[in-house]
Amino acid sequence: MLRFATFRKAELVYGPSMDNITAQAMIRFGLGARPDQTAPADARGWLHSQLQGADPGLSSGRFDDLPTGADALTAFRSDAMTRKQLQLAGTPLRGNFMPETPKMYQADAKAQLLWAVDTPSPFRERLVWFWANHFSISVRQGGTLGLVGPFIREAIRPHVTGKFTDMVLAVESHPAMLRYLSNVGSVGPNSPAGLRMKRGLNENLGRECMELHTVSLAAGYTQTDVTNMAKLLTGWSVDPNNQPTGFAFRPFAHEPGGQTVLGRRFGGGQQGAIDALTYLSTYPTTYQALARKLVRHFVADDPPADAVRTIATALSTTQGDLGAAAAALLTLPEAWQPGQKVKTPVEYVVSVLRAAPPQPGDEPPLLPVLNKLGQPLWAAPLPNGWSDKAADWVGSDAVLSRIDWSYNYAERVQAAQPIDVASQTLGAHLRPQTASAIKSAGSPQEGLTLLFASPEFQRR
Amino acid sequence: MALTISRRAALRGSLMGLATIATAGRAQLAMADADTDKRFVVVLLRGALDGMASVVPYGDPHLAALRAPLIPGQPGSADGVLDLGGFYGFHPALTGLHDMYKQGEVLPVHAIAGPYRSRSHFEAQDMLQTGADDDQNMAGITSGWLNRVLVELPGAPGAAGRGLAVGIGMPLLLRGPAIVGSYAPTGFAQPSAELYARIVALNATDRLTGRAIREGLREARFDQSTLNDGSDGVMDEMGHVAGTYHDPKAANGFPALAMAAGKLLAAPAGPRIAAFQLEGWDTHANQMGLLKPPLTMLDNGLVALKTALGPDWKNTTVLVMTEFGRTARMNGTRGTDHGTATAAFLLGGSVAGGKVAGTWPGLADSQLFQNRDLAPTADIRSLAKGALAAQFGFSNDALLRIFPDSLNAAPMNGLLRA
Repeated sequence: MLRFATFRKAELVYGPSMDNITAQAMIRFGLGARPDQTAPADARGWLHSQLQGADPGLSSGRFDDLPTGADALTAFRSDAMTRKQLQLAGTPLRGNFMPETPKMYQADAKAQLLWAVDTPSPFRERLVWFWANHFSISVRQGGTLGLVGPFIREAIRPHVTGKFTDMVLAVESHPAMLRYLSNVGSVGPNSPAGLRMKRGLNENLGRECMELHTVSLAAGYTQTDVTNMAKLLTGWSVDPNNQPTGFAFRPFAHEPGGQTVLGRRFGGGQQGAIDALTYLSTYPTTYQALARKLVRHFVADDPPADAVRTIATALSTTQGDLGAAAAALLTLPEAWQPGQKVKTPVEYVVSVLRAAPPQPGDEPPLLPVLNKLGQPLWAAPLPNGWSDKAADWVGSDAVLSRIDWSYNYAERVQAAQPIDVASQTLGAHLRPQTASAIKSAGSPQEGLTLLFASPEFQRR
Repeated sequence: MALTISRRAALRGSLMGLATIATAGRAQLAMADADTDKRFVVVLLRGALDGMASVVPYGDPHLAALRAPLIPGQPGSADGVLDLGGFYGFHPALTGLHDMYKQGEVLPVHAIAGPYRSRSHFEAQDMLQTGADDDQNMAGITSGWLNRVLVELPGAPGAAGRGLAVGIGMPLLLRGPAIVGSYAPTGFAQPSAELYARIVALNATDRLTGRAIREGLREARFDQSTLNDGSDGVMDEMGHVAGTYHDPKAANGFPALAMAAGKLLAAPAGPRIAAFQLEGWDTHANQMGLLKPPLTMLDNGLVALKTALGPDWKNTTVLVMTEFGRTARMNGTRGTDHGTATAAFLLGGSVAGGKVAGTWPGLADSQLFQNRDLAPTADIRSLAKGALAAQFGFSNDALLRIFPDSLNAAPMNGLLRA
């Protein structure tokens, strides 16, 4: 890793458009430079300023017509009823069943992807995608197709610079998560519903909210802790009538009495799980786990211990202030070394579109592309989300496929001179051999392909 | 149709005459090094397959009390289990596997688990793939055990061309010092060979992208000559790319990938080791409905693999394994939570199958692990070591390099027919 950084540094050219710091701000902390967004004079100040105020995506107006979580639950229910009626009537589904939820998913996915392409606050947006992946939900499981978009807008975006506890409470009470990790049907065995219907627990959310979302295995919790957390979460369910998110607490399904989790006793009722989640979200190993993950995302696949310590300290001294943690990332010297991270397919595709933006209204369909590149949107195979390590993304066909796609995309790009695109998007990171290859390319399409296929463009 | 693969490969293949970096084609390399005609394939089921749902111990008197709604009907009934000899039965979706079982080519191994007991998917998968002995020790092992198998194979250590990851991701199982290729059709139009040559040059000194691109182009020529043989039905579907890994008709679905990978493995100069990963097993709720599609997919894919391997099926051993099993009792949502022991499958033309291996621990409350899970009576490393030893003739020393600190997991005997 170190050897590589030294090698890269020796080859840096200080081009006219962006110095090293600005390029890092755009590429490492942002989502790739856009030629139509001017490079800031004070790159660090520009990054800091993005940590202030409300989520720019939510304020942009672009998401205003998208459904709430409750809307998505209503659509899901109505789709199911329509389907059933067609089946009862003996009508073939093909050609007659036009469900709403897939359209909701597509509209939401398009709006949020294109916002990533267009946003003037790319550091803030990167944080949104980071936390959405930390609390990964797959649209392919649990009837969540229309819900993941609302989940990111309702539970993630409002909190990326706020307190982690607030994000955890928003996430674990969101119908997307309650469905995905199958808490919706989990019933306290001694609750009225449990006794009457002989139903019982589902410990999926109880386990993963500890292992993946908060304290991690490092906390040393036991199977009993997991079961007790699942009991505390019984009754956390959904109701399409409850705008905006569709969350509902159902007392008759809630396991009565208190529970002990990680050595602390919590009472019953809805407040019991709120208190327990608050405890878990401020637990020391939670800050360790979050720090490690943030440093892995923003610095290096193997997080340097000092950097992890700095971020964990920033979190613990502020009781989990995520804005403070993000600001602390900017102070890490290691974060300003170029070329450490390989882009994931989503990061790669977004950065290509930012480098050579499509005409508004002429955006290519991105969901099929992300499927083929191995990172279908909001559909990580398992609840630990997408990997942040290069080793998972540099299989030979994976790398060739992204180059192939960029060649296809480059065909659509018009007018721009490839060498200008290269210099504006890579700045000081553009190597001389890449610049000269681009300049001697036979066509703009080939020039852009060489840019997108260069090792420096494939990194961030 | 074959267009996707052949165009991709043809364009890349024609690069071979242009760039010296690619002149030593994968085929040649592999031929020089493939000192074995034995194949070994691993199918990783990520998410914890319920072994008591895939290989149902319908003869156990305690089963019904634990999970009556999760048990298929008796053998012979509609949607009943597929009998394996009076005590166990396959899930009704596993019809292809059942046919192979009747031919003696499938050996289910029951009540098996890794050395891990903490019920975290992710830690358990890491251990399953690194072959580590305990979770405290895992940080020291960064390669996957199947990559270490490649290192131990006869021929130049770690030579390119013998390992293949099928699908776009590279599982931990296959990561490590030996160079491993990947196969994943996408259907994008390809740059010209000349442009590829310049892309290769731009990435030549890069330790990550350079290696990936070089290896990809070597494979492309090989894949082309192997897969572009005309009118095959499965290849026809390669042109239709929409869909997902879970869609049986999709080009990147398991059956299509298994068919393509089987052809590559069957080629005389093809890879010898391959791995797939399949998801969809984490059935916390509504297990009866949710388990059928992925099991059907698994079954179709294993049949496709056998078909594509043709006469080389007899030289092939396939290990199907998952990170742990699920609770013996049904949970509150007609599903099962994370458990311990499960079932694994060994199959192939020379596997001594047609019976269920393993020691059945019983399902009385006192026989369950922590009064909760099927109790483990066998170590998954013993199965893997036994299969590798029989397949490749590895010494005990080699097996201990592949699975460090595994003296407590002795290789199983008698897994292949002599």
